[in-house]
Amino acid sequence: MHNEIIIGGFGGQGILFLGKVLATAGMLEGYHVSWFPSYGPEMRGGTANCTVIISDQEIGATISDHPHIVVAMNEPSLFRFAPSLKEGGLLLINSSLVEKEYQKEGIEIAKIPANQLAGKVVNNPKTLNMVVLGALIGYRPILPLSQVHRALEECLAGKEGLIEKNNQALETGWQYACQGGVTHVSQR
Amino acid sequence: MEKKILMKGNEAIAEAAVQAGCQLYFGYPITPQTEISEYLSQRLPEVGGVFLQAESEVAAINMVYGASASGARVMTSSSGPGISLKQEGISYLTVAELPCVIVNMSRGGPGLGNIQPSQSDYFQAVKGGGHGDYKLIVLAPSSVQELITLTHRAFYLADKYRNPVEILGDGMLGQMMEPVVFTKPQFPPLPSKDWAIKGKNGRERKVVGRLTLEAQALEEVNLRLHRKYQEIQKNEVLFEAFGSPEPDLLLVGFGTTARILKTVVREGEKKGLKLGLIRPITLFPFPRDEINRLANQAGKVLVVEMNLGQMVEDVRLSVEGRVPVFFYGRTGGMIPTAETILSRVEQIVS
Amino acid sequence: MAVVFERPKTLIKKPFTYCPGCHHGLAQRIIAEVIDELGIENKTIGVGPVGCSVYIYQFLDTDFVMGAHGRAPAIATGIKRTQPDKIVFSYQGDGDIAAIGTAEILHAANRGELISSFFINNAVFGMTGGQMAPTTILKQKTTTSPKGREPKSHGFPLQLCEVLSACQGSAYLSRVALTNPKLINQAKRSIKKALLTQIEGRGFSLVEILSPCPTNWGMSPQEAVDWLEKEMIPYYPLGEIAVKEGILHA
Repeated sequence: MHNEIIIGGFGGQGILFLGKVLATAGMLEGYHVSWFPSYGPEMRGGTANCTVIISDQEIGATISDHPHIVVAMNEPSLFRFAPSLKEGGLLLINSSLVEKEYQKEGIEIAKIPANQLAGKVVNNPKTLNMVVLGALIGYRPILPLSQVHRALEECLAGKEGLIEKNNQALETGWQYACQGGVTHVSQR
Repeated sequence: MEKKILMKGNEAIAEAAVQAGCQLYFGYPITPQTEISEYLSQRLPEVGGVFLQAESEVAAINMVYGASASGARVMTSSSGPGISLKQEGISYLTVAELPCVIVNMSRGGPGLGNIQPSQSDYFQAVKGGGHGDYKLIVLAPSSVQELITLTHRAFYLADKYRNPVEILGDGMLGQMMEPVVFTKPQFPPLPSKDWAIKGKNGRERKVVGRLTLEAQALEEVNLRLHRKYQEIQKNEVLFEAFGSPEPDLLLVGFGTTARILKTVVREGEKKGLKLGLIRPITLFPFPRDEINRLANQAGKVLVVEMNLGQMVEDVRLSVEGRVPVFFYGRTGGMIPTAETILSRVEQIVS
Repeated sequence: MAVVFERPKTLIKKPFTYCPGCHHGLAQRIIAEVIDELGIENKTIGVGPVGCSVYIYQFLDTDFVMGAHGRAPAIATGIKRTQPDKIVFSYQGDGDIAAIGTAEILHAANRGELISSFFINNAVFGMTGGQMAPTTILKQKTTTSPKGREPKSHGFPLQLCEVLSACQGSAYLSRVALTNPKLINQAKRSIKKALLTQIEGRGFSLVEILSPCPTNWGMSPQEAVDWLEKEMIPYYPLGEIAVKEGILHA
């Protein structure tokens, strides 16, 4: 088990928190994990990304040259990170914000209309990051969903009022992915 | 066992300092280490401690000087440009033999540079960036867990030797999160700080930092400090050995770079390469004997740093010209990739 | 027979090493007298600077911490924040406090740090041999203003007390001279008020003490006293510049 995941998007989309929940879930499952954010002078509205590594071995480098999974929450991060994907890797695209198609041989491309689902199904646009995380686990079950729910609750300690909606968002994304979702594997 | 939690490097240092009994913190905001200040501004008052945001890095290190002279455990933190400003105070702290902990989460330089991870402050930390014949004890963590254990150790060593200790990290260690477990700091008992300045209170008065204008007297001061540094060299060397115990090539790297080198060792193994890694945990004192021994065994050394060649000088001094020492470095905030290093390794080995 | 005059207990029994006509010794003696009168010798911590003021630790029998040029207010802050029950003072010259250490003194005052600073203003860098200081007055000749200080290239003399009076944390600021017995008595009252300001927790306090430097001014001690009265006092008027009642941090 060794997964390097890059999550990229706009500041304000909850990308760092998504990464934190994912890393916490990996830790709870007993794996070595690391979380490394982009950090820069922008406070809001700039680009944000973070790298999460989940492994059964001690983690060396905490940045990833060739990630196993790229989550593109917006268009710029799609074109920035998708080219480095490992063969057989997963590209998860937030199709609410990314209209352009992306082509790369030997990867799986999956979609999640995260903004729509967060707005209409969960009824809380701020939960789009958890919709995406649910979908990620649905498309690539690298960790049990139950562990992600537990991690979410741990990460929201002190803000218990937010747990219900976010759990619902996770579930929504996960079901979307498990019920077929939108995915295709491009052949080499 | 204590609970495992996911924590950011900067916050882990701050919490570890509190657990080590740090009572005061003086600092000034600078990326990528400001979370240390932010964390302690909330945490220290909870335990009856003092957090004060100073008007400058210069003032902060001098507030540390005053608090240390008072006998308290005290810390400051910054990044490259701020540590440069602190050098005056650091020089004074060493000759006054005042213990304290200084954290440098270094970034790309020189000058303002940028805020990306870098190891280009090695010379500043290890060779002294201030004036005069002095040494800091320099610790180089490479994981968030080690930020905790080395922060504990830093306070212990500072008090044991009455010397400032610098923790030399980088932006990556400060900003990343890893699972950590907080264990109680456990060290042998230390002598009481009977030198601390607390008012005469009916006893003979005490002075910290006397003026030493006579050359002979100042030489004696320096020789006494020098003997202390030799003692530290003898007693306090720490390093981690990783990979093959009988390598064909010895890798040497510290901090973040050493993590990447561990990936190189493992990837190299898959290709049938026997690679060893020495990761100095103390940069002063430097693990020169162990590096010398393994370098001679391997016959070749590759040093990798996030600078253009600083620690490599100490590796060369350790092997005294008996073994070829190669170097690979990235600078300006660039992080070397395992892939590139491995191709360099293959070149050297073949 | 009643004792009407004696050496202060807090003054170490050794002759001052300052130049003839210098007022460092007088100032230090007065500080020692006040420490005796307040009975605080056992809980007083002095912070020494760099420059001629540095020698104070050799003459005042209290605990001392010696530090870098200009940084005494920051060091004093570190001591006071660690030991709030102690009386902490800095003793600094004009090169120290009004040039290289301007930031430290300004922010200590502005925080209302519960420390007292005694500032010896002799209008030159003394220990290095009489160079121009920020406090050097206009037309005054020094080794680095050989034709006399003129504003166009050297700027204006810095009135530190007036600058610090703009800081809300300054509870007591006073400027004194020691050129005659009446002024000496006033100076002693000011030094006592400064320390009481600290003891009562009212905020930051500073006393600026105008002092002659006959050696670097190239004058006899008497000429230096006359020059100080005639040339310095008009630019640095004596008196209390700020006196705030009440407890700053209450």
